[in-house]
Amino acid sequence: MMMNKIMMDCEKAHTVCDKSQYKEATVWEKIKLKFHLIFCKICKKYTANNTKLTKLIKSNSVFTPLPKDAKEKIKSNFKKELAKLND
Amino acid sequence: MSDHKINPNNWIDLYSDYLFNYSISRVNDHAIAQDLISETFLAGLKSMKNFKGEASERTWLISILKRKIIDHYRKKNSKKGKAEVRMAYNSSENEGDWLEERVADPFDKTAEDNIENTELGFAINNCLEKLPEKQAKVFEMKTILNYETETICNELDITASNLWVIIHRARTAMAGCLEKNWF
Ligand SMILES: [Zn+2]
Repeated sequence: MMMNKIMMDCEKAHTVCDKSQYKEATVWEKIKLKFHLIFCKICKKYTANNTKLTKLIKSNSVFTPLPKDAKEKIKSNFKKELAKLND
Repeated sequence: MSDHKINPNNWIDLYSDYLFNYSISRVNDHAIAQDLISETFLAGLKSMKNFKGEASERTWLISILKRKIIDHYRKKNSKKGKAEVRMAYNSSENEGDWLEERVADPFDKTAEDNIENTELGFAINNCLEKLPEKQAKVFEMKTILNYETETICNELDITASNLWVIIHRARTAMAGCLEKNWF
């Protein structure tokens, strides 16, 4: 039946909601989530918070990975000290 | 509470990005931040025997880094303080006395302001710090560094469904942690 196909439990709804934060949910999954949210206050609240979290992290563009060459330099320095310790 | 183990072999791969951002958000200078984390790893190596396993490796390394950051501000402010005193004495002796007093305790305002800041970056870092190690790592790789799911799974040797369970826990905790001040 159509109804069974479109129903989704809360656990699954959370997962789809998480995936959609990273644009990894399928269209069909998103439709089912929308449908679930009509009835489920808990998941609605979770989705709202989850979306806010995504926006918040995006708005904080401060995070920069350590540049590769710097990482290698730190690593080689560190390895030398580590080798001394193991001697 | 489970005992945390210490294994310096993977420190750089696991924690350097995190420590780098932690220090950048506090010292605001890439080169200094790099020096600070390099020193932190070396200091960690030297004091490994003091690691008691009560906190995670990451938390332990952060506590070392915090001390390095405070030292950095101490040094910087005492240099600045001395320069100010010298300048002041050149212009007027009385004013110099007054200035000397003012800069006598250089480690106070600036360092405090820089460290105890409530900006979003700090808040995110602080919340990230409260997560269990693996959750923090997966959340950071996925959400902040924007790694592909597959890459993370390969690197950490977990399945995709494992990853989504971890992500869910991390997101719930992060939302709860940030909710009060930022939502
Ligand atoms: Zn639900």
